[in-house]
Amino acid sequence: MNPVNYLYLSALLFTIGATGVLIRRNAIVLFMCIELMLNACNLAFVTFSRMHGSLDGQIIAFFTMVVAAAEVVVGLAIIVSLFRTRHSASVDDASLMKL
Amino acid sequence: MSTVAVHSLWTTAVDPISKFQAPKIEYAQLSPTLIVIGAALVGVLIEAFVPRKSRYHAQVFVSVVALAAAFAAVVALASGGYGTTKAHIAAMGALAVDGPALFLQGTILLAGLFGVFTFAERRLDPAAHGNRVDSFAAQAASVPGSDSEKAAVKAGFTTTEAFPLLLFAVGGMLVFPSANDLLTLFVALEVFSLPLYLLCALARRKRLMSQEAAVKYFLLGAFASAFTLFGIALLYGYAGSVSYATIAQVVDGTVTNVDPALANTMGNDVLLLIGAAMIVMGLLFKVGAVPFHMWTPDVYQGAPTPVTGFMAAATKVAAFGALLRLLYVVLPGLRWDWRPVMWAVAIVTMLGGAIVAITQTDIKRLLAYSSIAHAGFILAGVIATTRSGVSSVLFYLAAYSFVTIGAFAVVTLVRDAGGEATHLSKWAGLGRRSPLVAAVFAVFLLAFAGIPLTSGFAGKFAVFKAAAEGGAIPLVVIGVISSAVAAFFYIRVIVLMFFSEPNPEGPTVAVPSPLTLTAIGAGVAVTLVLGVAPQYFLNLASQASVFVR
Repeated sequence: MNPVNYLYLSALLFTIGATGVLIRRNAIVLFMCIELMLNACNLAFVTFSRMHGSLDGQIIAFFTMVVAAAEVVVGLAIIVSLFRTRHSASVDDASLMKL
Repeated sequence: MSTVAVHSLWTTAVDPISKFQAPKIEYAQLSPTLIVIGAALVGVLIEAFVPRKSRYHAQVFVSVVALAAAFAAVVALASGGYGTTKAHIAAMGALAVDGPALFLQGTILLAGLFGVFTFAERRLDPAAHGNRVDSFAAQAASVPGSDSEKAAVKAGFTTTEAFPLLLFAVGGMLVFPSANDLLTLFVALEVFSLPLYLLCALARRKRLMSQEAAVKYFLLGAFASAFTLFGIALLYGYAGSVSYATIAQVVDGTVTNVDPALANTMGNDVLLLIGAAMIVMGLLFKVGAVPFHMWTPDVYQGAPTPVTGFMAAATKVAAFGALLRLLYVVLPGLRWDWRPVMWAVAIVTMLGGAIVAITQTDIKRLLAYSSIAHAGFILAGVIATTRSGVSSVLFYLAAYSFVTIGAFAVVTLVRDAGGEATHLSKWAGLGRRSPLVAAVFAVFLLAFAGIPLTSGFAGKFAVFKAAAEGGAIPLVVIGVISSAVAAFFYIRVIVLMFFSEPNPEGPTVAVPSPLTLTAIGAGVAVTLVLGVAPQYFLNLASQASVFVR
């Protein structure tokens, strides 16, 4: 199969993730959408790596996974502390500083 | 494409281990970063093994020594000629050791050092149960107002983790402007962002606002870095490499030996344009330029004020450094495409920041919008695409970071029963109650406004001069107009402090320890020295303004 199709898939996944971040309201779901975007990046890296015949892209995918894992640790800590304070993870409720 | 040729790569056996060549790492030239990251790891061990009572002193000691040592290392490297004649690319092409990198690393380290001083301040909050406390939560994990929080306050806990987090953030920021491939750029971006997200959530007072600021910063920051990463993937697809030099060669069309497997995607301008736009977008998010500035006021207002000061100063320095290197080293061949876009971004950033700041009633939000306007002024220098453009941006960043840390340190001093009194109405008549604090704050505001004899004037003059020489006269005109608009609200705060009656139930001005005094004093001193005699530092920035390729 032509590897370019995987690039289209990765762009589609990235768009789904970005749309999800913009329209969903639950902080956890938002966060999952961001993870989807990072995974779409991984798919793009691996596909380009296959097309170029160089291993760089596959190595970068590992770096991305580690960074995503670190982001999960920090992000969940912040979201859980917000949830325990407010008993809601909705990002619309967090509006203390709105003008 | 020839799939057979590609497959042979996967199936050929790797070289035997005896032929493996260990990478050559120039440890001495990377010592500033290594010292700071090493000290951050020591800070984690201190959290694990040192008794709670002595942690604060141990952490402050380690942080200050590490940042001072790293700054000394930067000065030693710069005086050893690594900023000029010996500038080169180190660590197997991952990091550049050159003038802009060393200059910005020095600035970031000083911002970090004075940031540690404001972090360590323990005389402002009234002592809780006989324990002196700083601006950070007793126990960040406990729910605000709960029994566990009360118990933690009673036991005199403090979040000393803030110091290693600051060191990790500084470590990432040191790498960010010197990153010489896109992977290093992305990893450095995350290494300095993640600690900042956490630091935002650690305020002792107004914890709900603090947590809210952290969630907003985290979600938007992660969203922006996902865009950056996709941009990196597209540029990798475009050039077949993430190294800055290779991408620049492919953009210029001067690449010598084209791999047949690359021929299909290489030179595909769609990948290049979209990829470059997405990476630049992520960097503009970090500097707080206008279409991507939405997080700035909320995060600046909600975060603990010492964190806001550090973040406002150091993040901007690091992110503008990375933006400069990306635009000047990787994408100079694309400048006819990015310059119009950056023009538009600079114009809306300058005008937007200055105009919205007029309506603000909270001093931290006001400083946040002012920082957005300043991002616009610095972008005007970035657009120049000349050597004087680089040197003016370096000078502006150094001047701006000291003023910012000093100004936010003054904000921590003005307090009432609920903690810091950040509403502007409470600052009325401050000049009559404590003339010295109001005068110092007035100096910082005048520097933000760019009044002559302050560092802000020298910086703005350099940036606008470089932009004008680069042919961006309309940009300079708009910059001067928005400076005038911005001057209006800075002067309004000064008038409010000195020419209105003090409120009898108004806030008091806390007497800080020598730590905060040092940060404020350094801010005032640098502001005046760079304002009165900027030539030496302009020369220094000018010497440091050549990127190694």
